[in-house]
Amino acid sequence: MDIMPRWVDIIIVPLLSLFLAAFLSALLIIAIGESPIAALNLMIEGTLLRSAGWGYMLYYTTNFIFTGLAVSVAFHAALFNIGGEGQAMIGGLGVALVCLFIPWPHWTLAIVGASIGAALFGMIWAGLPAYLQAKRGSHIVITTIMFNFIAAGVLNFFLVDVLKPKGSMDPASANFPSTTHLPTFQDLASLFGFEKAFRSAPANVSFFIALLACIAVWYLIWRSPLGYEIRALGKSGPAARYAGVRPVKIIMIAMMISGALCGMMAINTTQGESERLILNFTEGAGFIGIAVALMGRSHPLGVLLAALLFGFLYQGGAELALWTKIPRELIVVIQALVILFTGALSLMVRAPLERFFMSVQKAKE
Amino acid sequence: MNIVTKMLSAGVGLTMSASIALAEPAIIFDLGGKFDKSFNESAFTGAQRWADETGGSFREIELQNEAQREQALRRFAEAGANPIVMAGFAFADSLGKVAPDYPDTKFAVIDVNWLSLPNVRGIGFNEHEGSYLVGMLAAQASKTGTVGFVGGMDIPLIRRFGCGYAQGVMAVNPNATVIANMTGTTPAAWNDPVKGSELTKAQISQGADVVYAAAGGTGVGVLQTAADEGILSIGVDANQNYLHPGKVLTSMLKRVDNAVYEAFSAGENLETGNFQMGIANGGVGYALDEHNASLVSDAMKSAVDAASASIANGSMKVHNYTDDESCPAISF
Amino acid sequence: MTKNPAIELRKISKSFGPVQANKDITIRVMPGTIHGIIGENGAGKSTLMSILYGFYKADAGEIFVDGKKISIPDSQAAIAAGIGMVFQHFKLVENFSVLENIVLGAESGALLSPSLGKARAELAALAAEYELNVDPDAIIEDIGVGMQQRVEILKALYRQANILILDEPTGVLTPAEADQLFRILKRLREEGKTIILITHKLREIMDITDTVSVMRQGEMTATLRTVDTTPEDLAELMVGRKVLLRVDKAPAKPTKPVLEIQNLNMVDDFDVQRLKNINLTVKAGEILGIAGVAGNGQSELLQVLGGYSAATGIIKLNGSEIDLSTSVSGDGQARRALGMAHVPEDRQREGLIMDFMAWENAVFGYHREKSNQANRFFMDNNAIRRETEEKMKRFDVRPPNPRLTAKNFSGGNQQKIVLAREIERNPDLLLVGQPTRGVDIGAIEFIHQQIVALRDQGKAILLISVELDEILSLSDRVLVMFDGEIMGERNPANTNEKELGLLMAGVSEKAAQ
Repeated sequence: MDIMPRWVDIIIVPLLSLFLAAFLSALLIIAIGESPIAALNLMIEGTLLRSAGWGYMLYYTTNFIFTGLAVSVAFHAALFNIGGEGQAMIGGLGVALVCLFIPWPHWTLAIVGASIGAALFGMIWAGLPAYLQAKRGSHIVITTIMFNFIAAGVLNFFLVDVLKPKGSMDPASANFPSTTHLPTFQDLASLFGFEKAFRSAPANVSFFIALLACIAVWYLIWRSPLGYEIRALGKSGPAARYAGVRPVKIIMIAMMISGALCGMMAINTTQGESERLILNFTEGAGFIGIAVALMGRSHPLGVLLAALLFGFLYQGGAELALWTKIPRELIVVIQALVILFTGALSLMVRAPLERFFMSVQKAKE
Repeated sequence: MNIVTKMLSAGVGLTMSASIALAEPAIIFDLGGKFDKSFNESAFTGAQRWADETGGSFREIELQNEAQREQALRRFAEAGANPIVMAGFAFADSLGKVAPDYPDTKFAVIDVNWLSLPNVRGIGFNEHEGSYLVGMLAAQASKTGTVGFVGGMDIPLIRRFGCGYAQGVMAVNPNATVIANMTGTTPAAWNDPVKGSELTKAQISQGADVVYAAAGGTGVGVLQTAADEGILSIGVDANQNYLHPGKVLTSMLKRVDNAVYEAFSAGENLETGNFQMGIANGGVGYALDEHNASLVSDAMKSAVDAASASIANGSMKVHNYTDDESCPAISF
Repeated sequence: MTKNPAIELRKISKSFGPVQANKDITIRVMPGTIHGIIGENGAGKSTLMSILYGFYKADAGEIFVDGKKISIPDSQAAIAAGIGMVFQHFKLVENFSVLENIVLGAESGALLSPSLGKARAELAALAAEYELNVDPDAIIEDIGVGMQQRVEILKALYRQANILILDEPTGVLTPAEADQLFRILKRLREEGKTIILITHKLREIMDITDTVSVMRQGEMTATLRTVDTTPEDLAELMVGRKVLLRVDKAPAKPTKPVLEIQNLNMVDDFDVQRLKNINLTVKAGEILGIAGVAGNGQSELLQVLGGYSAATGIIKLNGSEIDLSTSVSGDGQARRALGMAHVPEDRQREGLIMDFMAWENAVFGYHREKSNQANRFFMDNNAIRRETEEKMKRFDVRPPNPRLTAKNFSGGNQQKIVLAREIERNPDLLLVGQPTRGVDIGAIEFIHQQIVALRDQGKAILLISVELDEILSLSDRVLVMFDGEIMGERNPANTNEKELGLLMAGVSEKAAQ
């Protein structure tokens, strides 16, 4: 029997991990002579008490939902996709090509086209390492991380040599036509008469696509025969083969879904925020996705909650950078602590909890 | 003060606040970070000089990601900072969106000279001119006739450095060879001294005996390796001669610090419009000080100063790579 | 003068989480005796021996060796106390020589060659003393399993072991090799060594031990002199109730051929030919048993038939040929659709997904069948759960909770889940590999009855087992496999273990006659 009740595993473990990370971060902030309480206040005030703060938080959250879901799907097939970064970059390229070269009459159509472009490009980019893994046994961790570098090169080539408008200094594409611009939360709020809400924040309708993706992934993994096969292969390769699940096919499909989700992150950053393709728009979201998936236990709901937390940390981090002397590096350290405790070190919290519940059980007997 | 009292005092006296004293200036550093020993640091030096001289204080932020550009601009503007200075061409797009929303705030942006907004001061630098001068010095100092160029991230701006440099080299010695390498294609290339060192070694093995680093923090590795291997190097942006006295031939000066200092000094009365800083108005040049005096002979100096003068009076023109994305002296 | 026991355990307890693996275990083993420990899988035998060898630390209890209380924090301490262990899975370095393996971990000094020279001399002495001949320079991977086991025993003796523990030593041996092992053990006993033999085979206990302890669910239920007991008594002590050790079945009534295999050959990824010209037929209404020592191609035969290993040759199911070319990528679901069910040899590795819940496992391999789909896109999880619960009740799976993960069931109940899944589909052909491996005696009875019942419904059954007893009691015809070849066919009614044992050892038909 499982030692701990499910709710402890799902709720208490991450909360405790988070608390530990917060505690260590507080010590660090004290050590450089700032107040952790004031810092927390600032983060909450700048993120949760202002609608624009929400707008930024949900913008980051959208990215993390996509990449977190992507890593989760691959996790279920026991594949460690650390190529989210590269898949998102190439997805961005897909978005840019779709938005620049197809004359869209309206954003509602453009977002469908861009989503397909992003998913397709990300899918291809994940499909290559998947093929190497499935057919040639090249380890997916190695190949996907290599493909990150290749993707950066490809993106750079396209931006510097192909998409950059003549005379422009920025290695970036031209601005997308206005018919492809996605409504931001500010636009949506003003529809309901709240012109001031979410002022200039980058959150946009792709957040809702991310939510839809959560639901779709849930159905895929826990309701469809394909998801069943993905999970079966992930839990036991020999058993999957015995049952007639084709490993090559499932590895390819799982990775391609993963890549498609990573690629779709670009509709948020590229079509939604920058409205042109820029370098390094991914900002490490592909890697944060790993932490999000770990913390969210590869479940869409968990991914959503973890993505919200990381969105908060990102926006809160920006507030700290703006109004305090806490150096940028320390903010990264704080974010890393959260990743470390919630992802890699969750066992550290789980083991003592298990002992505690065991002694409780013994005491009952 | 021990940690406990620190915690208490910090907890009681909330030292941080989202409001700013009126008209405090602000500076936004690009993703490279303010201590890159190069571009951003030069901007920081200018800001700090202003603070030291006037006793004033300023707001600052080092960006963590792209989405923060607009956010930082808006938050500073809303909090009343004036002027707001940005270091880096990547701000152009965000600034174009934000500036019209805050007509009473003055913005100054370095390396951007194409925005025409009533409250924006754009400051461009003729890096090709300064690079031309150090290229001339390199060709004269070189015994092998082969000189090197290590760029940071492969973007047009850096190619502009390399192109000016190669023109200068060719002007002195038309048979010279210029080896050009870029460190990388991602922003990481701005801060990769190890790669810089490797590229330098590779260029030395191809015969280069002077290497020009236009690579931000990566240049630290270039200069170090050049010094270790006994060849000459050329620094960039700030005066880096002091890093390895007697081993750094010169530095291509890009006076970002002056630009920031001037913007901060002018305060709310900052003159707007686009300004191009070249040799003529002291925006770029080459560094000559006690650390490299022995390396630059009088003949070299007079040749370079002559070229400098003709560039300044317009009688000679150095080709700018970004004008047409091509370079007559070198292909990248 | 009363001798001290060679080894004595007093009130040893050990629990893993909520599971009490050992509870107040007390054993006294006198020097120069062979003591058997018998019990079902999960009874706690291995845990107990791991405590004795320093792998686990007991929660409570004391250990005495030769009358002196000692503590065994690690295996080094166990070796120092004169305890040697031969594991079920040998711990040898495959590409080292025999001599190197024996010295490994017991080297003296910084240089290897003096130790090797010394070991060579000692090995010769040991071999002479105990009649344990092995070539010291042979490479482990080149010698047979029986030889490898001797190396393990020599390893222990080289480390001055007086007490030798053997964990299920005959699992990988042919009957002849097992007999040889027992001769060695008896010889060791004569020389004054003390031997503890862990096994689940009643026959071995009766054949060789002086005393026997029976374990059940972590407790020691009895310690007896072997001469005073019978297999039936021991079985009852192991299970806790009367058990039928024989299978009652009527004569088979075979009809039309269901499975026909012609000239089947298979070469594995390392270019080793695993199956050589296999020809066999299984008819409806009969059980064809394939006997053989583990690793002689039986697993590969099942994999090829199950559709997940490539092979060449002809396989016909109900008269129509199966496309073998597709099996490289995994063809299990297509085979199932043709009426072939498969209870795999290793249920924990293949037959079940240990982290899946019972209901998820209950449709494994059949999950894309129409009856399990709610619509074109999704599986009908509720219906599957309902059906699973009924199935679990019919097959007496305890507890019948479809939401419990597979790893939380006992071996027997896990096997029943697999069996329920494969039998309830009403297949024409059932492939069964090691149906009762690691299954408690009580469940063995039930599983055997199910297999015979299926035969009596007119289904064809191909049974593969390394347990000769099982083959003999269930099969209607027996084939023996050795090194990928079929060595011959026998009628279980008029053959015996000795004859089959020779075939299993690769002694060909002619030589056997």
